[in-house]
Amino acid sequence: MTVPPTAKIRIILPPHLRGLAHVKGEICLDVVGTPTVRSVLDALEATYPMLQGTIRDHVTQQRRPFLRFFACEEDLSHESPDTPLPDAVVSGKEPLLILGAIAGG
Amino acid sequence: MSKVRVLVGTRKGAFILTADGKREKWTVSGPHFAGWEIYHMKGSPAIPNRIYASQTSGWFGQIIQRSDDGGKTWIQPGTPPGEPTTGPGGMPKGESNKFVYDTSAETGKPLTTHQWYDGTQHPWEFKRVWHIEPSLAEPDVVYAGVEDAGIFRSKDGGKSWQELSGLRGHGTGPNWQPGAGGMCLHTIIHDPSNPKRMVIAISAAGAFRTDDAGKTWKPINKGLHSQYIPNPTAEVGHCVHHIAMNGTRPNVLFMQKHWDVMRSDDAGDNWKEVSGNLPTDFGFVIDIHAHEPETVYVIPIKSDGEHYVPEGKLRVYRSRAGGNEWEPLTKGLPQKDCYVNVLRDAMAVDSLDKCGVYFGTTGGQVYCSANAGNSWKAIVRDLPAVLSVEVQTLR
Repeated sequence: MTVPPTAKIRIILPPHLRGLAHVKGEICLDVVGTPTVRSVLDALEATYPMLQGTIRDHVTQQRRPFLRFFACEEDLSHESPDTPLPDAVVSGKEPLLILGAIAGG
Repeated sequence: MSKVRVLVGTRKGAFILTADGKREKWTVSGPHFAGWEIYHMKGSPAIPNRIYASQTSGWFGQIIQRSDDGGKTWIQPGTPPGEPTTGPGGMPKGESNKFVYDTSAETGKPLTTHQWYDGTQHPWEFKRVWHIEPSLAEPDVVYAGVEDAGIFRSKDGGKSWQELSGLRGHGTGPNWQPGAGGMCLHTIIHDPSNPKRMVIAISAAGAFRTDDAGKTWKPINKGLHSQYIPNPTAEVGHCVHHIAMNGTRPNVLFMQKHWDVMRSDDAGDNWKEVSGNLPTDFGFVIDIHAHEPETVYVIPIKSDGEHYVPEGKLRVYRSRAGGNEWEPLTKGLPQKDCYVNVLRDAMAVDSLDKCGVYFGTTGGQVYCSANAGNSWKAIVRDLPAVLSVEVQTLR
């Protein structure tokens, strides 16, 4: 039986969600199989269930409109959630950033 | 020794203000949930140290918080940190921030549409919880009024929520429309003499009542007259801003409508205007003295285009006659250059012998009168804009 590979994915949450999840700084999660935005968010919500509904809609699983996903200076927000993440994220060299729209005027 | 606990929701966090029964020296705790909008907090009448809070954000959506120690510590009831999200059988565990409209044929009508600003039909979309109303007797039962307008109930202390879909499925839904603040269900009132009766209000649909614990609802808007809608006396479509009840006389309701202060003596079946000599009958808050059910408080706001107090003077108006005859209460309140608003859930009364009255402003002040409105003092002056004020009387 082949055990699917596990990648350690670094994630940077916006400050409000770090507070909600009671974490400080960057977090690192084990993601089984090919890391994608969907599988990373699945792992994130499994570890921090209070984040369910805060990044993607409970029902539609659509990204909340004021949030975007970045990695390696690329905007992944409009990619399919099942697109494999860049190698640098999978290797742990770069984090996946979840960013909120800038507030202010 | 009696004391009071004032629960203040603001644009950037929650604050808890406590004092003994004299209400002179205050302790301020907060901000709790710093940076988040706290639309409403309310304590359980059955277990006063249990407090529910609606924490919300345009970025991250809705969170429900619960404290079981009077606001010292908080949890998100359905999702303790680190626990798996499914139970042993693989079924999802409670998710306290999950508000999903009921579209099942068994319990309600399929998700319908409501009227949008331009008159077209628009699907219901959950945005936030405006108001939380715990059961009078059961600490694990709590109701939530939400935008887009609907009412949800939790029977497990806020862990999971189910819509009482008979309201949204009532049939008039396609005629409901959002006000400038959104289409929100902002008022939920339990009748202490009849556990099956609740009154709710929606901007802009009007008031509704259930007499069977939320299964079915009927509009109770007869007597309301709203010139800003095509049919001023329509069954629904009125922009009700808030309703108040004194629990000792549950059939008497007072309403601050968009314009007009109204009164019903038959649990909302019929309304009559009691604006009387108010300088303007536009406003948001309305409340009733804890021990004098004919004593009513409002804060007139200049107009729907100018959301601040008239003439730069912050004045609470009190009627001791159940409406029509109003007197301004100004002692301790700014009487020049004041241009704040007082939002619909931002007034409350305590039940101490000398009834205390509280309100919060969009300028961040929370005022208290420990003598039923005769004089006022600011408990705090510089909070973020206040969205809601509730008070618990602790004996």
